[in-house]
Parts: sequence; C-alpha cells; structure tokens
Amino acid sequence: MALWTQAVPAEIYLNVVVSGVLTGLVYGLMALGLSVIFGVVRVVNFAHGEMMTIAMYLALVMFTLFGLDPLIMLIPITAVLFALGYVMQAGLINPFVTRPEHTQFLLLLGIAIIIVNGLLIMFGPDAQSVRTAYAFDSFQFGRLIVDATKLYAAATAVLAAAALFAFFRFTDTGTAIRACADNHTGALTVGLDVNRLYALTFGLGSACVGAAGTLLVLIIDITPQVGPVYTLLAFIIVITGGMGSMPGALLGGLLIGVTEALAGLIFTPSAKSMFAFAILVLVLLFRPQGILGKAIS
Amino acid sequence: MKRAAKRLTEGVSRRALTLLAVFFASMLIAPMVLNDYLLTVLILVFYSAYLGLAWNILMGFAGYLSLGHALYVGLGGYAAAALYVHFGIGPWLGLLVAIPLTMLSGAVIGFLAFRFGVAGVYFAILTIACAEFARIGFDHFNWVGGSGGFFLPVKQYARNDLWLLRGSPTMFYYVILAATAVIFLLCRLLLHSRVGYFWQAIREDERAARAVGIDTFRYKMYAVVISAGMSSFAGVFYAFYYNNLFPEQVFHIVRSIELILGPMIGGIGTLFGPVLGAFVLTGLAEALHALLALFGVDVPGVNRLLYGVCLLLVVIWVPHGIWPWLARRLRLTETGS
Repeated sequence: MALWTQAVPAEIYLNVVVSGVLTGLVYGLMALGLSVIFGVVRVVNFAHGEMMTIAMYLALVMFTLFGLDPLIMLIPITAVLFALGYVMQAGLINPFVTRPEHTQFLLLLGIAIIIVNGLLIMFGPDAQSVRTAYAFDSFQFGRLIVDATKLYAAATAVLAAAALFAFFRFTDTGTAIRACADNHTGALTVGLDVNRLYALTFGLGSACVGAAGTLLVLIIDITPQVGPVYTLLAFIIVITGGMGSMPGALLGGLLIGVTEALAGLIFTPSAKSMFAFAILVLVLLFRPQGILGKAIS
Repeated sequence: MKRAAKRLTEGVSRRALTLLAVFFASMLIAPMVLNDYLLTVLILVFYSAYLGLAWNILMGFAGYLSLGHALYVGLGGYAAAALYVHFGIGPWLGLLVAIPLTMLSGAVIGFLAFRFGVAGVYFAILTIACAEFARIGFDHFNWVGGSGGFFLPVKQYARNDLWLLRGSPTMFYYVILAATAVIFLLCRLLLHSRVGYFWQAIREDERAARAVGIDTFRYKMYAVVISAGMSSFAGVFYAFYYNNLFPEQVFHIVRSIELILGPMIGGIGTLFGPVLGAFVLTGLAEALHALLALFGVDVPGVNRLLYGVCLLLVVIWVPHGIWPWLARRLRLTETGS
C-alpha cells in the first residue's frame, strides 16, 4: 500500500484531469476517423495508428528541415493524409468491402506492417520530438495550470471535429455519405456513386488521423513503433464510445484520456494503458455496442 | 491403434501419403546434411509451423480470429521457466503446469467472449487486449524478472540432456520436429472428428450450426482451450531454446501477428498450409537477410517489411493461401493433408 502514502493535493488531481481531457480530445479526433470509416465503409482500419505516424513524421520532417510549426502544417498534412486515404480505398481496399471480415483485417494489417517498417527503415528506431518555442509555456487560471501546447492541440482538435460534423450535417456530399451508411442498396438505387463516396469517406477518416497526428506531435515523442499502440488505442476509444457513433468517439477519447492521466498519477505511468484495456474489456462484456452505440441486432 | 491409423489416413491419396513420408524422412536426415546455420533456420521454421498449426485450430477450424496467441506462448514459457529457475523442475514436468495454466487462460478469454457473444473483429481485439494486459502485468511481475527479463542459466553442456532440454541445436531440432509431427497428426484427427465437423459448421455459419442443435458455446470453448494449450508447448520450447524471456518480446502484439502469417500465407484451415507457410516465410526472410548481408546492408525492419508485403500479396492474389493452390498442382486432395 506504499502507493497511497503520499498525500496528493487536490489541485494536482484537477490539473491531471484537465490535462487528460485535453489529450483525450486529440485522441477523440483520431478515433473519430476510425469511427467514420467503420460507420460508412464497414471496414475496420487496422492501419489507423500507423497512418497517424505518417502524419507525425511529416510534421517532424517539416519542423526539423524548414522550421515549420506543426500548427501551420496542419492543413497541408491533413490534405496529404486525405489523399492517401482516398487512394488506399479506391485502389486497394474497395474490392475487399464485400469480402469476409478477417480478410479485410489482414489486408490492413499488411499495410500497417509495411508502414511501421518503412518508417523504421527511413527514420530509425530512436524517439524523436518536436520542440516548439512555446513547448514549455503554460497558462494559469487560479491554481489550475494548463500546458499551452495541449490547449492549442485540443482546441484545434475540437475545431476539426466540428468541421467534420458540419460537413456530414450540412453539405450534399455529407448527406450522400450518410445515405450510403444507412442503406447501401438504397444509395445505389438512387444513383449515388458509392465507390467514390467510400473513397471520400476513407479520405476523411484519414484526414482526421492526419490532423490528430500533427497535433499529437506537439505532445508526445515519436517512434515508428507507436503506430500499433495508437491503432489499439483508437479501437479501445471507438469500441468504448460506440462503433460508428461520432459523438461516441469524442466521448470515448475523453474517457480514455482522463483514465490514462489519472492512472499515471495514482499508479505508475507504465501501467496506464492497462486501465484503458480494462475499460475495453468491461465495455465488450457489458455493453458491446459501446456507450453511445446503437444496439447490435 | 490400427483404427487410429486408419482414421488418420482415410480419404488421403496414396500419392499424398508418399509425398508426406518423403518430406518427413528428408526432414529427419536434414541435421546430418545441413550446417549449423541452416539447422537453426529449420528450427525456426518448425517452431512457427507448430505455432501456426496451434493457432489454426481456433481460426482455421472454428473461424475465430485470435490476435493474442502470444499470451499463451508467453504464459507457457514463463511458467516452465519459473519452475525450472526457482524450483529446479524440468520442462517436461513444467508442461504439466504450463499447459493447464494456458488452457485456463484460454478458457477465461473464451468464456468471456462467447458468453457475451463477442465475435469477429471484436473477438480479435479482445484477445489483443488480454495479451497486452499480460505484457504490462509481466513488466511489473518481479518474481520472474519484470521488464528486465527472465534468464535461464546457460553453460556448456557436454552432452544433450533431453529431460532438462539442455543441449545442442540438433536436439532442439528433433524436439520441435517431433512436436510438429504430433500436432500435425492431432490436427488431422481433430479435423475429421465430430468436434472438427462441428467447428467447421460454426466457422461457415454459426447461426445455422446452432439451429441444427450444435452446442456452439461448448465447441468454441474446446477450440480456444485446445489451441491455447497447444501453444503453450511452443512457449516452453522458446524459453529453453533461447534461455531468456522479456515481456516486451514474448507478449508483444508483433509476436501474435508473426505467428499468424505462416498459416495465412500457407492457407488458413488446411493442415499442411501452416507448415508450408512457415517454410516460405522463414525461407524468404532468411534469404533476404543473407542477400542484404552480402551487400553489407544492415537495416532493421527490412524483414518485417517483407512480411507485410507478403501478407498483402497473399491477401490480394491468393486469399485462400498457397497450399490449396499447390495441392491442386500436385494433384493431391483439395484440402491437402
């Protein structure tokens, strides 16, 4: 029980929770991409975290070579990831949409392995990081201290998520994509180009992960091996929040972000992902459709 | 005995049996012909063939994709190694603990998953989560070394001690070859037994299987428990062959993925597929390694990159694996044996 002997002041808990919320929002954006892809294309993107590492390394290279801030590079990198996702879906994944689940899974696993090891060959196994001029800045609100980078990252993540919500809600293309998700055959019948919309959706999901990766570069160190870790994390978040539910992904992100932050404070930082897994197991067992998911028929 | 032999060979063409016998015989004399390096490669081949066959029971026969088999391998390895290091109990007796322990862990995962109707990708993610759980747990489990690793004492051995699994690569080779032969025959028996047919029914259409009165829960439990128990032997072998265990290595998801690549490439659900896949994959990796060494290139990750490309190519062009295709070419039975 040595773990409990130190009395931790209450404001430290508050600080940690706030920091968890901010990181969780970026996690949420990442998971949103996975959720959107699953909700429409019905393919589980097992290369999700790996695609995020591509965005992270792009941001890193632009920063170290040209001194370009990740926040400036956000839109270009997001566009690159959008294109990558679009091409992947149109060129590789589309024929697999109707194949058995495990075949899709293995296809994306192959892509994931190629990305991880391609990055490993190009950048080596060492952890690298982006240290901006404002890396150690913070804002103080009373006794609450907030990291500037985390605040910028979270605010941008919220904006990006809001833009995606607006796209699906208010544009014709967004409506068409939702129609595809609701009723595949119906969408075909009314003459929607489902293949193009699927590619577009995969591109949008990848753009989410591109934006999230560019923002996460501000907060965490990068190695090629973090890809699978974030793929798993995205799964945990999406399953917790509810597969295919957009608000669910954000909620799941918040929940996992706060859990990890608190577990790192109360127990040891190295055990924090255990708590995320514990949440996943509990959700799978007692509410397999996720907190905000629709019941599985 | 005779009935068992008859059941093993029933429906297999004479040609297939002959080829299998030739293959096995050449593997038996291989250590006399090959140098040390090629022998260690063959050990690796049969290690992954064994594991592929064990995993194949759950995925290939019953249709449940496990991406956490490293859990069973690691648990088996750690159990036997801990008994050896702390109590001086040899690996064969250790198996009496390792196998039930892994079967129990398989049963727990199976119970949780099947009781609550977790299937498909969700099942795969549940297995990953459990293996990751074990990885982090063993990182903090100091009785077996924690994240610093767990080591078996190594010294020069004058002679091969089969009972304690201490000795030369040749001995390890015959051990893993024998184990692979045994599991191969077991899989053949299982696949053509009542249980095996029930598994295949579940794999093809679980609702239909339930509708015709198969107790799907029970047979899925059999699949996961048998598969887990068999995987634990590979863990024990790993521990005594490499003499070290690190949670970051044995339980890592990369291990779980590597062990499914062989059967994937060879052919899921077939008997000879995992063996063929192990040969192809390990052979390719070693050939590439040698080729790169020849040019003086040493880049980490090239082997795995190749694994990824192989997986991609197989999934796209031969989604049922190489073995069914090769078996037709060799004019053997459709499923092979």
